[in-house]
Amino acid sequence: MSATPTTETKPAPPAVETIKVKVDGKEIAVPKTMPDPLTGKPVPTTMIQACALATVDVPHYCYHPKLPVVGNCRMCLVEFGTPAMGPDRKPVINPDGTPKIAKSPRPAIACATPISPGMEIYTTTPGVKQMREGVLEFLLINHPLDCPICDQAGECKLQEYSVDYGQATSRFVEEKVHKPKQVDLGPRIVLDDERCILCTRCIRFSKDIAGDDALGIVNRGSYNTLSAYPGKAFDNNYTLNTVDICPVGALTSKDFRFKMRVWFLKETKSVCTSCATGCNIVIGSREEKIYRYEPRENDAVNSCWMCDTGRLNYKWIGSENRLTEVRIGKETTTWTNALKEISGKLANVKAGSVAMVASARQTNEELFLLAKLGKKFNALTDSVPRMQEGDKLLVSADRNPNSNGAKLTGISPAQMGSNLPKIAEGIRNGSIKTLIVFGEDVTKHGIGADLLGKLETLIVSEILPNKTTELAHYILPGCAHAEKRGSFVNGKGRVQRFLKAVEPKGDARPEWEFLHELVYQVTGQNGFASIEGLFNQMAQEVPAFNGVTWAALGDTGVTIQI
Amino acid sequence: MSFTVPPQLEAELNELVTHYPQKRSASLMFLHALQEHFGYISKEAIEWTAQKLELQPINIYELVTFYPMFRQEPAGKYVLKVCRTLSCALGGSHKLHEHFCQKLGLDSHGHGLQTTKDGKFSVEFVECLASCGTAPVMMCNEDFYEGVSNAKADEILGGCK
Ligand code: SF4
Ligand code: SF4
Ligand code: FES
Ligand code: FES
Repeated sequence: MSATPTTETKPAPPAVETIKVKVDGKEIAVPKTMPDPLTGKPVPTTMIQACALATVDVPHYCYHPKLPVVGNCRMCLVEFGTPAMGPDRKPVINPDGTPKIAKSPRPAIACATPISPGMEIYTTTPGVKQMREGVLEFLLINHPLDCPICDQAGECKLQEYSVDYGQATSRFVEEKVHKPKQVDLGPRIVLDDERCILCTRCIRFSKDIAGDDALGIVNRGSYNTLSAYPGKAFDNNYTLNTVDICPVGALTSKDFRFKMRVWFLKETKSVCTSCATGCNIVIGSREEKIYRYEPRENDAVNSCWMCDTGRLNYKWIGSENRLTEVRIGKETTTWTNALKEISGKLANVKAGSVAMVASARQTNEELFLLAKLGKKFNALTDSVPRMQEGDKLLVSADRNPNSNGAKLTGISPAQMGSNLPKIAEGIRNGSIKTLIVFGEDVTKHGIGADLLGKLETLIVSEILPNKTTELAHYILPGCAHAEKRGSFVNGKGRVQRFLKAVEPKGDARPEWEFLHELVYQVTGQNGFASIEGLFNQMAQEVPAFNGVTWAALGDTGVTIQI
Repeated sequence: MSFTVPPQLEAELNELVTHYPQKRSASLMFLHALQEHFGYISKEAIEWTAQKLELQPINIYELVTFYPMFRQEPAGKYVLKVCRTLSCALGGSHKLHEHFCQKLGLDSHGHGLQTTKDGKFSVEFVECLASCGTAPVMMCNEDFYEGVSNAKADEILGGCK
């Protein structure tokens, strides 16, 4: 057995020297350097990082841990002191033996000021409070004070800090500067320039992370306006991340804006299924309807980002066309009937006369159960490869979320798709009489309607109707990942679990649930009836998983050797 | 209007780039040169500059909109620049500016450069022209005038053919 699973989210950083500082009187040892968010090279630790390590929150707008520091909003101002030095260049000692601290006469921005040994940072002094109030008052001078009609309300840093440091009434009696509203910044983004606080997070993200230097600040002084170059749409595959990091309601997603108040959303930890990267996401849903995906931080996978394609690929889950009925032929039936009839059929098949195509979009647990069935019949099995072009940031060339799961469970041969022609040939020459299809339209992958017509039994589990389901003898309506629990193995061997956000539609059931019953009825092997038990059993039986447990996967997953 | 940078100007600018550690640093010099040649900075000029300096047009557009001395519209044949910094403001530059605007039928409260319909004159306020002792001070194109009274102003206008 090779390497043990690891649970780290970052490669273990080399041990660095620590220095001691005090944050609001509490001493803490912090690394002298931290990795630069872009280059990963060690750079001096800043006050805001030290405060974060001391779990002291410093209000900030422009600072973002994954972006270069610019220090333009001034919200993070703190007071500080450093050990006093005597004329002999030796530390001055207080009568009680402690080093004397020389308080700096001026504050400093915590996001851009490096710490030094013995430094004391004060974040709760009356001075700091006054500075925060002052900065906030200036930020609000030209800001429209209409949170009730702003889409950011409920997740707005301006709102949040105003509760802490704002004034109940505005002292500003002059005319506000008016700026462009409802700017169509790009195909997926609307900008309200009056709400922008000019923190430049979006500019830095686009330039330094997405590699598209598309945004800038035009005009001067109070007229400063965030803008793309006139006539040029802000359109790369990562634009929606700017909506996430915009601390205010300036950048909004065309897809999500004004659809739902954010405080009504239930948040469920999940994983994107649109490629093998498996970006960690939060699904926002309400009353069984999905409203948005947002990236969830995982430094081993997607940092804080996700691509726009993956983010917007959720509407099919709520589609009106969903398969919601169990069917035998064209007749609607119950799960009990269908499973009974299917297991009856399968009990009498000859080994070698069954083939199986299971999508690499199914979960590990489902593929594991399908592999058990396959083994029983000595079935030829495969998945459908989805190779396209990848990009440098996140999007993988492999558009299946679980190709590695399909390979590890033995459903897919090492060369995914190489068994498909053999299955087609088997049906053609009559040696394969039963085909089990999970989550693919095989008519698009070399097993055409003519071949499907020759089968004695075609068992299909699907989510949306297609050519294959039209010809199926049995239809078992399955679930989107958002409607069930399970796990995937991403392209780099990260095993990641996802949780259930919404209820399946109609009679649809998580595939692993009914597969568990089917496997029991066909093979007599009783497995676990819970996803935890099932996963753990799989991790025991499939060597690559090396016994890792469902619980150990946590929110950010575990890397295994693939 | 087609945008063509004469080869000689382009050669000068190419040479200019070599003076800077990064190409980007030449941005302002490019814009000055292009405005001097074309009279204003067109969209094409912004894009040409960006492409020459291996930047995105937004990077240049930020500069053009930041500095009031860069114009995005053509100016009149004669540009009258009236100083409005302290000494001149005290010395009557606002009256002088108003006088020009009235004579030429321009809005003295309009933002930025105001140009007559026939494109002959533009009037704008500028900051200190460094002759504070002889306020109010102004320029007509490249010519400098000190202690400008209304009568002198009319004389200057009269001299513009
Ligand atoms: S749009 Fe948002 S992220 Fe961009 S500068 Fe303005 S406030 Fe910052
Ligand atoms: S990169 Fe892949 S996993 Fe990540 S959001 Fe895009 S499609 Fe989804
Ligand atoms: S967070 Fe430090 S200046 Fe903006
Ligand atoms: S103030 Fe007008 S020239 Fe200096």
